[in-house]
Amino acid sequence: MRIEIADYNPRFHEMDDIDYSETEIVKYVKEALASVRLGDRENYDHLVGVLHHKERRAPDEVALLVTSLKALSGAVSHIDMICHSSLLSSIFGMSMWNYGPDMLDALLELVISLAASNAKLLDSCLDMLVSNFMPPYYLLDALKEPRGLAKKEQVLSRVHTALKDIAALVPLVPMRLPPIVAQRMPSVYKKDHLILIYIENMLKLESDSMGELVGSTMLMAVVDRLIDLDVEIGLEEILQDDSYKGIFELELEEGDEAIDYDGEDDGELPRALTHKFLSGNVIAEILDSLMVLTFEHLESCENSGRLAKVFEILLKSFQKTVMTTYKSKFAQFVMFYACALDPENCGIRFAMTLADIFILDAYPPVTRMSAVAYLASYLSRGKFVSASTVVTILKRLVDWCLDYCTSQDGAINPKAHRVFYSGCQAIMYVLCFRMRSMMDVPRLKSQLLVMPIELVLKHRLNPLEVCLPSVVAEFLRQAKAAHLFTVSQTFIFNDLLESENSRDFGGRERLDMFFPFDPCLLKRCDSFIRPNFVYWSMVKTTYDDDEVNSSDEEDDHEDSADLNELNIMDEGMGRSYEEQEVDLDYALDKMSITPRNGLGGRFGGRFHGQMQMPSRIRPSTSPESL
Amino acid sequence: MEGIHVSEANLVVYVHPSKHNKIHQAILRNLSSLLFQFNETFEGIVLAYDFNILDNYSKVLPGIFPYLGVKLKANLLVFSPKQDMLIEGKVVKITPESIHVIVLGFSSAIIAFEDIRKEFKYETRKGEELFVSRLNKRHVIKVGTMIRFLVKSFDEAVLHFSGSLMPDNTGSIRWLDRSSEDSVQTDSAKRRKERVGEMGMSDSMVGTEGASSLNNNHVRKSKKHKISQDH
Repeated sequence: MRIEIADYNPRFHEMDDIDYSETEIVKYVKEALASVRLGDRENYDHLVGVLHHKERRAPDEVALLVTSLKALSGAVSHIDMICHSSLLSSIFGMSMWNYGPDMLDALLELVISLAASNAKLLDSCLDMLVSNFMPPYYLLDALKEPRGLAKKEQVLSRVHTALKDIAALVPLVPMRLPPIVAQRMPSVYKKDHLILIYIENMLKLESDSMGELVGSTMLMAVVDRLIDLDVEIGLEEILQDDSYKGIFELELEEGDEAIDYDGEDDGELPRALTHKFLSGNVIAEILDSLMVLTFEHLESCENSGRLAKVFEILLKSFQKTVMTTYKSKFAQFVMFYACALDPENCGIRFAMTLADIFILDAYPPVTRMSAVAYLASYLSRGKFVSASTVVTILKRLVDWCLDYCTSQDGAINPKAHRVFYSGCQAIMYVLCFRMRSMMDVPRLKSQLLVMPIELVLKHRLNPLEVCLPSVVAEFLRQAKAAHLFTVSQTFIFNDLLESENSRDFGGRERLDMFFPFDPCLLKRCDSFIRPNFVYWSMVKTTYDDDEVNSSDEEDDHEDSADLNELNIMDEGMGRSYEEQEVDLDYALDKMSITPRNGLGGRFGGRFHGQMQMPSRIRPSTSPESL
Repeated sequence: MEGIHVSEANLVVYVHPSKHNKIHQAILRNLSSLLFQFNETFEGIVLAYDFNILDNYSKVLPGIFPYLGVKLKANLLVFSPKQDMLIEGKVVKITPESIHVIVLGFSSAIIAFEDIRKEFKYETRKGEELFVSRLNKRHVIKVGTMIRFLVKSFDEAVLHFSGSLMPDNTGSIRWLDRSSEDSVQTDSAKRRKERVGEMGMSDSMVGTEGASSLNNNHVRKSKKHKISQDH
């Protein structure tokens, strides 16, 4: 190949109108590089000047730049980190987003050559490539247009190819790359959308050929960042929002339909209101988009058959960061969605892992309580979790609780037996959601009836007095309707439920109020979760039919149960999403409503009338949790 | 290949108390952290290990965390490349200015154009880049060739070699081995020739034997001839 160098600079007069072969140009550049050591910097400085960033380049300047870069690729072994530092900083300072394909190819060829030829420059080359994961600020808006998207594809595909090429030449790249990627990650305080494109690249690295080696670090870093953002959206922020008060009022106002509901919504919070507190919150928007990116990545993993492997990494990350975070609000839905994609493997694995953590003494009490809170919420809210899985897990929890309480002699003590109480509350919470679907399947019903739930709840440790009153009340109401166990006078159904004990067992962290998989408040994220999610309005309770069929009598439970079997929901929560939509009005009417007693009296005072599940109040946003 | 040896080491591995019920696993984890990194104590890179726990009782270190000191006797396979050693690697890329090599699957090496002896010429054949020897056209270095090269320098942080193909005993291993075999063969051929020279006498004896047999045939034939003539 021969290249004609145009008349671009008076210093190169001697070159004018002469054809130079590529070898000759390489030789020239080598000489320019070598002459620096001898003190002659003229040609070298000119070379640096050519590379130095300019806003706009004329076509001949671009040609010169391409030629210079190609020549430098041939002379990389002559580049010295100290002598040629200005040249190197010019190269590493170039933004790939500013150049066309020819320039990009030449630049990347040089970067690859540098990385492979000089060990000391490897990290700088990787750093340069990683820094080009993100476009310059002025291009950020353009990325929404087709031209911008084409540019993004043009740059990023080349950056990833270059990383792979370097890894092919330097096998230890997967060891050096993850720290650089983690370091370059935009901080949570940068409230712009650069992080989205950066994480998109991290997930791409995970799914690429290098993913085998760097994938786990990438995924863990992504989950960590989700948690960071999650934590940034403070509970106070949500609570202090005026609109929240409106929602809370709504919760207290049963059947209030004055709100303009979104037609598609059948959840316990109308979408318009659900997302109101987070609208305008930049971090929430970023987190929402990141969650969607992660969901889409999980879908692609599922399609390529890698989900099980990715899930193991996510599970580790979940145990390490999400579960140990104080009342994470959103990040846990990554696990939920992964489980929804593969309920048979991932779904069961998740439930079993959480149950194991709860049961094993080796974990600290707070972790165990957190695990069982996640477990209860997951089993209740996952539409894809089969009733048989729920029964299996419940059995483990009940057995553990029974073993525990039979070994205890003392009386009620919320602080000392907090793990036990959290287990009991989890059992009751799950049964509030699932009892009806279990009772409708004879096999599961018999399994449920055999469980020594009664022994546990009647024990002297008295979990019914300690656990969250609204959960206890709803559970007892359903248990009574379903004849789950012999109703005795010792069970208090509607009266005298103390809250002080509950607060004690939840500890300062108020883990008693923690239901991690309550409806997701992030708008786009919610659209992924919604089809797999059980809202309280969708739950058929054991007393539903009694209320419909007879207003005051509860004597004919057996008969009504028999009738109900005709409408049996199959395993899981039964009715389809579409059916749920049809029943929207009904659902809204039957939406879980917290008692009207107000904040002070809600859990502290007496209840008048029947209590219902607190599912419309996400614990993470409830004032009690503070 | 030079630079690889097995070292016997007496080690004490400190195990965190939380791992006291998984001592074996903890030791494996600890020793695995040595792999594929340059270790100044061993003056090289540990490639593999094998160990025996010497004592079932381990010393508990006093302190906030009572670490357990487990005594081991380990055999470590260590790669200690030094300057001017001859090492081997697989060519992964060729450019007019350089040859890129991977050594033992984890370490990268580059041989710059200036370090390739003038005997080699860069060529492209059917789109494939290669360095061909001017002296022997069969001596070719291309992607996938295993080559032997001289270590010019070694970066311990990134485990990166700078190599040289200047000495005559460097280049494609296959060719070098074959040429040495050939030289052995030529030696043996020479020796055979010499032997043949020494055995010149017996060769002439073979000739006389042949001649005698011919003579015998001739005798027999003449006998036959004689018999037929008699009939």
